[in-house]
Amino acid sequence: MTPPRWRPSAAPSTMSMRLERQPDEVIDRDAPLTFTWNGRTFPAYAGDTIASALAACGVRVFSRSFKYHRPRGLLTASYLDPGCMVQVDDEPNVRGAHRLVEPGMRVSSQDTWPSLEVDVKAANQLVGRFLSAGFYYKTFMGPSRLWPAYEKVLERFAHGGEIPDLESYDRRRHHYDKRHAHPDVLVAGGGPAGMAAALAAAEAGATVLLVEEEHALGGHLRWGGDDVRSALAELRRQIEGTAAIEVLTDSVVLGRYDDNWVSVVQRGLPTVDERLVKARAKTLVVAAGLVERPYVFAGNDVPGVMLSTAVRRLIELHAVSPGRRAVVLRANPDGDAAVAALRRVGVEVVHVEDARRGGDIVRVRGRDRVRGVHLADGRRVACDLVVTATGWTAPVSLLTMAGVVPVYDARAARFRPDTTQLPDNILATGGVVGDGTLDELIAHGEATGRVAATRSAVVGRRWRAASPTAGGQVDSAAEPCEASPPALPVDPHPELFRARTHGIVDFSEDVSSSDLVTAVAEGYASAELAKRYTTATMGPVQGKLETVNVVAIVAEATGRSIQQTGTTTWRPPYAPVTLGALAGPEREPVRRSPLQAWHEQHGATPLVAGAWVRPDHYGDPAAEVRAVRDGVGLIDVTPIGKLELHGPDVPRLLNLVYVNRWSKLAIGRVRYGVMCAEDGVVLDDGVTARLAEHSYLMTTTSSGAATVWEWLESWLQTEHPEWQVHVTAVTTAYASINVAGPRSRELVRRVVPDVDLDPEAFPYMHVRTGSIAGVADCVLWRIGFTGELSYELHVPAGYGLHVWESLMAAGSDLGVRAFGVEAQRILRLEKGHLIVGQDTDGLTRAGSAGLDGLVKLDKEDFAGRPELVWQDRVADPPRLVALRTSDPTVVPVEGSQIVTDGSHIRGRITSSRMSPTLGRSVVLAQLDAPLADAGSKVTIAMVDGRRASAVVTEGLAQVDPEGERLHG
Amino acid sequence: MMLIPCPWCGHRDAAEFAYLGEPSPRPDPSTATPEQWRGYLYLRDNVAGPVTERWYHRMGCRRRLLVERDTTTNEVRPHRSLVEEES
Repeated sequence: MTPPRWRPSAAPSTMSMRLERQPDEVIDRDAPLTFTWNGRTFPAYAGDTIASALAACGVRVFSRSFKYHRPRGLLTASYLDPGCMVQVDDEPNVRGAHRLVEPGMRVSSQDTWPSLEVDVKAANQLVGRFLSAGFYYKTFMGPSRLWPAYEKVLERFAHGGEIPDLESYDRRRHHYDKRHAHPDVLVAGGGPAGMAAALAAAEAGATVLLVEEEHALGGHLRWGGDDVRSALAELRRQIEGTAAIEVLTDSVVLGRYDDNWVSVVQRGLPTVDERLVKARAKTLVVAAGLVERPYVFAGNDVPGVMLSTAVRRLIELHAVSPGRRAVVLRANPDGDAAVAALRRVGVEVVHVEDARRGGDIVRVRGRDRVRGVHLADGRRVACDLVVTATGWTAPVSLLTMAGVVPVYDARAARFRPDTTQLPDNILATGGVVGDGTLDELIAHGEATGRVAATRSAVVGRRWRAASPTAGGQVDSAAEPCEASPPALPVDPHPELFRARTHGIVDFSEDVSSSDLVTAVAEGYASAELAKRYTTATMGPVQGKLETVNVVAIVAEATGRSIQQTGTTTWRPPYAPVTLGALAGPEREPVRRSPLQAWHEQHGATPLVAGAWVRPDHYGDPAAEVRAVRDGVGLIDVTPIGKLELHGPDVPRLLNLVYVNRWSKLAIGRVRYGVMCAEDGVVLDDGVTARLAEHSYLMTTTSSGAATVWEWLESWLQTEHPEWQVHVTAVTTAYASINVAGPRSRELVRRVVPDVDLDPEAFPYMHVRTGSIAGVADCVLWRIGFTGELSYELHVPAGYGLHVWESLMAAGSDLGVRAFGVEAQRILRLEKGHLIVGQDTDGLTRAGSAGLDGLVKLDKEDFAGRPELVWQDRVADPPRLVALRTSDPTVVPVEGSQIVTDGSHIRGRITSSRMSPTLGRSVVLAQLDAPLADAGSKVTIAMVDGRRASAVVTEGLAQVDPEGERLHG
Repeated sequence: MMLIPCPWCGHRDAAEFAYLGEPSPRPDPSTATPEQWRGYLYLRDNVAGPVTERWYHRMGCRRRLLVERDTTTNEVRPHRSLVEEES
């Protein structure tokens, strides 16, 4: 059930919060545009994010929170902003504070009903105590019969937008892509340190892939103002001028795996929705910067409470005033810079509370907007904006994926990676490992980039040295790597996690600090347990904002230190990635025989069989069957697997892989053979011809061609490397045409002048080579899958169409017609010939496939022999039988079960068709041995619930059981 | 996604290979007991640590090769016997 997503509601405030032109703004005031938000048209400039454009128009509420449906506004004004998940056209869960607005974009709020402003589910706030820690576990426990009802309730409250249904999903509009990259150095993060590292690595001769999450390089310099503007411009200018650096913006490193296999999601591309870049980096430089941490206090999620970086982004990048009257809680120089920025653009900073001197705030008043704040000293200040600058989190995710355990540094009030634990092929620079002036950050980035370049050269030499080559030496002497540059300084920072009130810790999942305290009180006293019990850090933001606060609050509640409590585990992907990007473009190549175009021109219905597209039939499969039984027909059997075997040891290989005897196959003879795997299960079947002393042509089933090729190679490479056999796959080198029917000899004779086709000269199961319709080097063999006299012609593929058309022309007076796969299936079923994989399955041993007579257990060895010996001695396995239904018109669906005593399953139908030749159904089945003797009566459970009776026939063949037609 | 050292193609992405697992010596089929044979078919040691493994470079040279891999770290090196054979 889908609740109406939203209804146009009371007009939101449209007072403009747009500022005068700002020196570093990224919006293009010459490119105004419009888009819609919840059905209303809004103005924007190119370069605006969805959130900045709306904030410029005075919109403060962007979503409702997950559990309590509290109004949510901007918090970080970045990709991570948990309050700005929106629906864009048919795309749900778009990060509204990151996605750039486009002309005509239709944006709406998610999961609100009846509207964003009036959301009835906000009543959850009133029943908050029922939605406390472990709500799901406590409430929806049982009884299990109520689960369907629970699911209905949970569904209505489920978070997230709406995906389009299949009918309205426009596949042509959505494209996903993949790319492989092989940079010497991959730099994750395009701030000052990352940019400096990329430049230094490139200068040292490395190729560099520089990946930046934002839409432009620069990191925190982008909103750094006058002091850093020229430095940023210089770094950007140098990078643009360096051909060895490829920059991916709006792209995120998702994970780091073995041997620096680094996955990157690239967004914002003009022609694809998302691209997955799979990079094999010789060295990885992590320059992920720092993420500003929210502060926990009552009302910390009321729209109008923002981080200092959010304020600076809004002002400097988008020229949007974040409010009118601000209170700032600051604990670091970035808080000072936010105060300065607010004052510069005319926001009244009514009060600054400095945590470095013991200042604090207690709670924010207001529901859908900030109305005031209570300070620690008891004062109350009216305002519409509360800014916090209370600390940083190092995004150590990529480093922990490489095995680093972060250590809590109380002096800096954050977890920091111990870079001495890093493997040689990973380095880190910038905020993620330390602080420092801009010059220090750039110098450290440069030093790191140089080391990354030299190490990438070492890694390349190690790869080459460790690869044994045929005749080459393996140099295992380890070449030492250059040491990492000295560490960056780390600035002291007050430890600030929670005020004396409780507030939201995880904004995505609506988990409060009191929920965490409850979880600890209920016994979930470790960070990992409290996380799972409360779902803190398990929402869309995945802990990037809130993990350290969670740890700090669990530590506080348990009386342990933060280091003792430890962080939860970071796992890839670091950022969300669509399933479309992981799946990539749809690339399923289809194989076509050189005759397929002819089939399509002649009305063939295509059948996709494995990798091949084949003619299923040409309109009337029953008529095709009759043509083969009465006259002559042609079928394109190009997809059957074909392997050329050369060498003196081919008979030994054939003896090993086939269950029957092959040592005495004479030149010019063809033999049918069955292969079993080492567990005795039927693997494949086909015929093999001996063309010359050391030259053989093997055929396999169409679907088994690759398997058999690998099977032969496996024996030759691992068990018998001393055997002289060369295997060449030639499936597509030949077009294969089967000419079948009582008049096939007459037809083939007309196009094959040089081969004596008389039955005595070219009997059944013999092979000849010669010219067909003027085409030399063709192979002809007499076999008969259809049960008719037939010749299988293997023609060099380029001449396939010529030979086919020559046969059609030469046989017009004989009534020759093409037949498709369906007719062939009927024909072979009438004859009782099995298809491996259709009439056998992954458990069918040779005896159960009716192949007992073929298996030569007196052969010394062949694949699967021991299992077949034991099966022969002890088991009474199921058998393949033919059934004749009492009602000749009944064709039980393949897969129908054979039952006794009403429901006891004793077998199943493996193949069934109506036989045009006999005018009744023909059926093959796997049946328990006690029921499998000829004359035994069985009951078939039909899919419609009816029962049909049938009797086991003598032998499998229903048409020409004596084989007179075949041998004629 | 680790790299596999192929003696014919060099270091290549593991996605190009099929994993064939620990080589299991084939017992003499004429004397093997069912226990021995099924051990060959199904039982592997599954060691945590260095293991000799067979890989098949399906998307490359189509050769089977032996490597030594530490299953706890995914550190892969060419198998000693192969190295000795080739040098």
